[in-house]
Amino acid sequence: MSIEISRVGKKFGDFVALDDINLSIPAGELTALLGPSGGGKSTLLRIIAGLESADTGSVSIEGVVATHLPAQKRNVGFVFQHYAAFKHMSVAKNVAFGLEIRKRPKQEVKDRVAELLDLVHLSQFAHRLPAQLSGGQRQRMALARALAVEPTVLLLDEPFGALDAKVRKELREWLRRLHDEVHVTTVFVTHDQEEALEVADQIVVINEGRIEQIGSPDSLYDRPANDFVMSFLGPVTSLAGRLVRPHDIDLAERDGVLGSVPGVITRIQRVGFEVRIGVRTDEDPEVTVTMTKTHARGLERGSKVWLVPTPGAITVPTMPPRALSA
Amino acid sequence: MANSQLREPVGVQWGLRLLAIGYVFMLVAWPTSLIAKYTFADGFTTLRTALEDPVVLNSLKLTAIVALSAVVINTVFGVGISLLLTRYEFRGKRLLSALIDIPMSVSPIVVGLALVLVYNGRFGWFGPTLEGAGLQVIFATPGMIMATAFVALPLVIREVVPVLLEIGDDQEWAARSLGANAWQTFRRITLPSIKWAVVYGVVLSLARSIGEFGAVKVVSGNIENQTQTATLVVEQKYQNFEQTTSYATAFILAFVAILCIVIVSLLRPKEQLS
Repeated sequence: MSIEISRVGKKFGDFVALDDINLSIPAGELTALLGPSGGGKSTLLRIIAGLESADTGSVSIEGVVATHLPAQKRNVGFVFQHYAAFKHMSVAKNVAFGLEIRKRPKQEVKDRVAELLDLVHLSQFAHRLPAQLSGGQRQRMALARALAVEPTVLLLDEPFGALDAKVRKELREWLRRLHDEVHVTTVFVTHDQEEALEVADQIVVINEGRIEQIGSPDSLYDRPANDFVMSFLGPVTSLAGRLVRPHDIDLAERDGVLGSVPGVITRIQRVGFEVRIGVRTDEDPEVTVTMTKTHARGLERGSKVWLVPTPGAITVPTMPPRALSA
Repeated sequence: MANSQLREPVGVQWGLRLLAIGYVFMLVAWPTSLIAKYTFADGFTTLRTALEDPVVLNSLKLTAIVALSAVVINTVFGVGISLLLTRYEFRGKRLLSALIDIPMSVSPIVVGLALVLVYNGRFGWFGPTLEGAGLQVIFATPGMIMATAFVALPLVIREVVPVLLEIGDDQEWAARSLGANAWQTFRRITLPSIKWAVVYGVVLSLARSIGEFGAVKVVSGNIENQTQTATLVVEQKYQNFEQTTSYATAFILAFVAILCIVIVSLLRPKEQLS
């Protein structure tokens, strides 16, 4: 195991940021810490990096207890949401920083910087200042800078959060490919479930300072532990006391299947290839159903319809077991 | 241009401009220029005579020593305190921040008196001990440096703190995670980022320190050729009916201060570019 976190707790005044976290992050994999803002995932990442200290518990990296080790001795690479580019240094100087601090020979630094700039496709920008780069280029520079010191673990705090949607998607795919090339243990924080599902080998869902579930993207999607995980991983709607994904509901124009719930169509909205239909039932003011344009043909507002979860669909009770026991 | 025309009628615009320019002219530009006018009323003779007067020369030398020492002290402590205020959380931080503003609000005369009460050699709270150890503070250069440093204390800090807050600590943390220790991080990351703010603070402090009068007068004892700075000479010469020497010394002081301001305004655009 590459990173062992045991019983870590952190408070900011009265606010509990992390509550007794236990987590093992496997070596060589890409792990996502996924959760809503303010849920504690960034705090956990900063504690692993040594940028923040835990109130309780311990952190060890590659078998070395790092709990009281200052950031500069942990050999972690850290990438910040807002790049943290050294504004007064050229791109090449930024990347060389960690190596120059380590007093490596000049030629070695030069070669390594060239190699890394090539890896992140910034070779032609080596002599520019960070201010002359786009957001995506700056973040790639920050990544090269972090990788230059050959860190034991690479930590990324919402690395694509400040970029626009298109660049974010490109960089996400690029990060996945890069990781397949360099294989450094990587942990990244995100609040974007699509990003986590697409990029990560393992996802840790964190909410209100606690871990909700740990697993592979597929296992999380197919077997969400509770209503929070299910609703965080994508759109959900509630039908007869259970959470269902809107594309997992069968809509029929007559009552055929046992357990179907009758309702009236209140809204039909087309978004590209997808049609979103709002249905009012006796129990729920609006159940959302999504389907393709072809399937939606002939439906109109005011039609009476019957809804039932598709056979084999994943459903979770809307009432969380936690709340019942409380 | 189209926007400003939409905002106010042309007459009002010109009226406001004239008012502002007139105000600054009557209050600042005209009186200051008269100093220059009187100094150069008979060419360079007045200035030369003044510079041949040992009292004036010694006072200028002392002003330079006191002002430069105070600026060095305030720069080192100013940058240190700025880092303390922006990068660390501790009890009494707000109190410290409020204390730093005291020199801005308290009259320099009060500052001088307060220093005399603490450090004078006869009945001061701390003075006799120091004097016993051979260090005279009041009526000597150390006291004058202290008084000047006190008065100019906030200038560097008030320049540097906003810049430190604006750049945030991400770059510093990035440097730390790349293996830099505290000193390397300061020298290679923090200092280059606050460079212009420090320069600006230094120049302002220098101008303020050169012109300090009240606090220095109280702590120096105003002894000719020994503890008399240039500002004190200006006052004394004026009262002793040596007005021309007084004008010339005043002109030198004003000239250095204006030079400082010119340097600042030349530096400013660079600061915005970086």
